[in-house]
Amino acid sequence: MTTEATLPAGIKETTRRVGEFRRFMRVFLNRKIVVIGLAIIVIFVISAIFAPTIAPYNPNEQNVMNSLRQPGGAHLLGTDALGRDILSRVIYGSRTSLLIGITVVAFSAVVGMGLGLIAGYFGGWAYTIIMRVIDALMAFPMLVLALLIASMLGPGLNNIVIALSVGLIPIYARLMCGQVITVRENDYITAEHSLGSSSLRIMLHHIVPNCLPPLIVLITMMLGSIILAEAGLSFLGIGISASTPTWGSMVNDGRSYLLELPVLSFAPGLAIMLVVFGFNMVGDGLRDALDPRLRGLL
Amino acid sequence: MTAFIVRRLIQTVIILIIVSLIVFLALRLLPGDPIVMLVSQSQLQQISEEQLDKLRHDYGLDKPMLMQYFDWTAGIFHGDFGKSITNSEPVVKEILKRLPITVHLGVLAFILGIIIGVPAGVICAIRRGGWLDNLVTFFANIGITVPVFWLAILLVYLFSLKLGWLPVFGYTSPFTDFVKSTRQLIMPVFCLAIFGIAGNARQTRSAMLEVMMQDYIRTAWSKGLKERVIVMKHALKNGIIPVVTLVGMGISGILGGSVLIETVFAINGMGRLLVTSTFNHDYPYVQAIVLMIAISIVLANLIVDLSYVWIDPRVRYQ
Repeated sequence: MTTEATLPAGIKETTRRVGEFRRFMRVFLNRKIVVIGLAIIVIFVISAIFAPTIAPYNPNEQNVMNSLRQPGGAHLLGTDALGRDILSRVIYGSRTSLLIGITVVAFSAVVGMGLGLIAGYFGGWAYTIIMRVIDALMAFPMLVLALLIASMLGPGLNNIVIALSVGLIPIYARLMCGQVITVRENDYITAEHSLGSSSLRIMLHHIVPNCLPPLIVLITMMLGSIILAEAGLSFLGIGISASTPTWGSMVNDGRSYLLELPVLSFAPGLAIMLVVFGFNMVGDGLRDALDPRLRGLL
Repeated sequence: MTAFIVRRLIQTVIILIIVSLIVFLALRLLPGDPIVMLVSQSQLQQISEEQLDKLRHDYGLDKPMLMQYFDWTAGIFHGDFGKSITNSEPVVKEILKRLPITVHLGVLAFILGIIIGVPAGVICAIRRGGWLDNLVTFFANIGITVPVFWLAILLVYLFSLKLGWLPVFGYTSPFTDFVKSTRQLIMPVFCLAIFGIAGNARQTRSAMLEVMMQDYIRTAWSKGLKERVIVMKHALKNGIIPVVTLVGMGISGILGGSVLIETVFAINGMGRLLVTSTFNHDYPYVQAIVLMIAISIVLANLIVDLSYVWIDPRVRYQ
């Protein structure tokens, strides 16, 4: 008789080593709300990528004879004052939102983590200078800083990306710096030093991978914040350009027709909310799956 | 403790200097001649090259950058933020007129965020998993998700246009007409507060959950204390500390939000002034308002940190 056979079935089940990835997926998809969030994101990503196929009309095609149509019939969500199809504009709007969101987050994550790594690893003057500038940048509300920079640089996709990134870089840098300081003190880092590894090697091979979990969560959650900030900017009229449909500017355009055709403002606003909700929920799920200890911190 | 306070004060001064440098240098990002920051485009086309040189000299733009920075900060210490490009009025005059409006809205929103958010979070934590917890958590999730400018429009649609209960826009001083003022304030203040309410509720909930699992709370239970005493006297004191940390962030959120909310409700505060002067390229206003917002947030964070000495005895004995 083998020892395995004498064990009750339940123990065998729990002692078996569950694959790391399977455990991750199980915890990640455990909560229904996370799955809903993920589904929302997938839908918006698909509609952004395949906008030309999915959208029933050209989002910029004007037809004054057909303006301010109520929802229903040929135009599922109606048409705006210039006769443009609202549904098509909302679908195309997801392109702008997601494109800006992802670009800003990716760019600021790389720059912010780099700065945080340098500050945390080398300490001393590098730490003091980088962290004080970051403290100062964090004194500006993201929207106000973006407004300041965007007004100086002028409209355009690149300038909006820069304006929003400057507000986001400090958040990543600060978290990364804190992480690095904790990881740096571990024995395995000291061991690497005594083995004669270069600073660069230690940073990239040993420190960065161990700092990642909370940053991945923050990256996901910040996608929502950036999409909100971009929507706020384009709502104020400081967007990429007048011809590109953005959700924020659509909400603003619809304000003038609020009584006759509230859907003009309601539909794009709902789209913003759904996407942000999706990213927040996926962020929550990632946090639980990657490191449950982060609950309440992020 | 004294060392902590002194260190924190020095740090604040350094941050303030960097903040002012950022605002100063941001304007130098402007492509082309910095004189366009001080003279409107239409004026610029009319004046000759010599007059332009004279103007540059008058504004000190021919001095080295560092000297310009010192001139600018020296002016600020004397309450001189420069003159508006569009109407040549001293910037500080208009700002002083609008500051009380933004402060009025902001303070109300801040208080609302605490008196609704914190108790909501406490109730969630002590009734974890119950229907009330689920309900509050649901609304808190909406609160951190909803675009405030859109929420404002929804509220206007419902309460002003459809039901006719509240005025669509405007601001009246409470000293002129209290009832009108309050009716006009309800929607903008709620919109400004929503992020704070939701954020405080979430933060309080998770902090309280953490505290309620501590040994000393179990001891309190086993002593036979009433739930009310345990929550109010033992748990809340520790549970509130992480929430206080977020006060600075809350103020940042309110000031950022006031840019959008004052625009939607046509309230002539600082936020709306920032937007209009951005569009008019009236840079002295932009500079002054952004600087004032940042300074208030730095000072709020300083007050929060110093209040730790009083709230958290562990800081005192460090």
